Amino acid sequence: MNDLRELYQEIILDHGRNPRNFGKPESFTGEADGYNPLCGDKVHVYVTLEDGIVKDVHFEGRGCAISMASASLMTEVLTGKTEAEAKALFDKFHELVTTESDFEGDDDIDRLVVLSGVRQYPSRVKCATLAWHTLNNAMDGEATTAKTE
Amino acid sequence: MASAALKDTAAAFDVARIRGDFPILAREVHGKPLVFLDSAASAQKPRAVIDAVRHCYEAEYANIHRGVYELSETATRRYEETREKVRAFINARDTREIVFVRGATEAINLVAQSWGGANLTTGDEILITALEHHSNIVPWQMIAKATGAVVRAVPTDETGAFLFDAFEQALTDKTRIAAVTHASNAVGTVVPVKDVVAAAHAKGVPVLIDGCQGIVHRGVDVQDVDCDFYVFSGHKLYGPTGIGVLYGKRALLEAMPPYQGGGDMIETVTLEKTTFAQLPHKFEAGTPNIAGTVGLGAAIDYVAGIGHDAIVAHEEDILGYALERLRGLNDIRLVGTAKDRASIVSFLIDGVHPHDVGTILDQEGIAVRVGHHCAQPLMDHFDIAGTVRASFGIYNTREDVDTLVDGLDAVRRLFA
Repeated sequence: MNDLRELYQEIILDHGRNPRNFGKPESFTGEADGYNPLCGDKVHVYVTLEDGIVKDVHFEGRGCAISMASASLMTEVLTGKTEAEAKALFDKFHELVTTESDFEGDDDIDRLVVLSGVRQYPSRVKCATLAWHTLNNAMDGEATTAKTE
Repeated sequence: MASAALKDTAAAFDVARIRGDFPILAREVHGKPLVFLDSAASAQKPRAVIDAVRHCYEAEYANIHRGVYELSETATRRYEETREKVRAFINARDTREIVFVRGATEAINLVAQSWGGANLTTGDEILITALEHHSNIVPWQMIAKATGAVVRAVPTDETGAFLFDAFEQALTDKTRIAAVTHASNAVGTVVPVKDVVAAAHAKGVPVLIDGCQGIVHRGVDVQDVDCDFYVFSGHKLYGPTGIGVLYGKRALLEAMPPYQGGGDMIETVTLEKTTFAQLPHKFEAGTPNIAGTVGLGAAIDYVAGIGHDAIVAHEEDILGYALERLRGLNDIRLVGTAKDRASIVSFLIDGVHPHDVGTILDQEGIAVRVGHHCAQPLMDHFDIAGTVRASFGIYNTREDVDTLVDGLDAVRRLFA
């Protein structure tokens, strides 16, 4: 049960139940679909980029607590970042959930460390990274819609 | 609880003895005794199967149908003996109607490509159902695309039932083949395959039955059912992976072109022209899964030794008990509630995604399948991404069901 508590920390359960920035915003500059064929989970990410700054991230979709919490936290931590910072954080996040890397003292990723529990559950890593991959596509697509299908 | 549970079915079926035949059931997972509820994906293997595969490699292994030496003769005999075991197990007329393949997926691809390639043309209809596994959908879509045929699917209802009237109505003048599951892997629905075949034959339509679950939970008499093709995988029938069976009526198989070319499927080869071997070797190109075939033979001996009557009685008991326990929980929604069903239960727990349920149950030593079960069209029908699926085999007990229900408490505790 302790292992599980590490995976399902309160903040994850909270964001999973009440995802932030959930829904379609009135305007956005890029969007993309994400799909996890393993479990059938779907996510749609909307991003607004202005002068190279991530002004807003929203998402819609359905998925497990891990994927919803990861998407929700992502929308919060990326808002206000430059596009380059966002991409760098994407790489760091991937490292966080797939390796034993220690990011202590790294403020950017501090809020995401709650998701590092998925390291112990290889089949769940995709749940945590789905929204991030989708956001990456949405940013690359910018004004046009990035299609993953 | 355990002793009472075991006693219930002891008369026909000694589940404790059967559990003793499966070495893996003695192990623990995350410090808890393994409760394996994912046999519909792949069943565990009895000692008899493990020993047969080991014995093949240790004492009787060589390539088959080639050598003039003792070992090759022995290996060939064991391989062909299994063909006879399969024939008897499904009551086919002739061993030439039994083709060894990698699994049901390959068997369906073989029929779709070989039979379909030779018999389908623009506008022809291939009839499947909404209950099918992807392996009985995608191969048909592929051959449809190549030939101009179209795939039509018989719908299901809110219980996941097989709708016989809808099936009959969907048989048109254009239907060239029907491909129907014997039992749904996702929700357990058992299809009345004999009636299905009769209805299709009345319209001159041949029928392929996907027997992956049916062969395990019901068994089949292919002459009685009168299906034209019946396919199944060894690994769901307590046998090894990488070995499966295509049964086809001899006249149909004779008329079909080979699926793959290579060694062992030829009569004579010159650099210009090849004549093909007789059935069933025409469809068995290359060195086959020899040890896997021998293992399948041992699995069939094992299952036939218990008998489907006893297996069905035991599994019905476990299924009935599971449904009773799950129906008593008001936050559980059963997905698929057809009347005649194999021992497969799909469900959802309010407010918790199946993937989270699966991870938490795993910590309790309970192995369940979560997700769409390779049946996305059926999940779409229910408007869900997936379910938690518990499937019960010959070694499962009422106590396993109790452990599952207790495990759901752990899910609630975490997510409450």
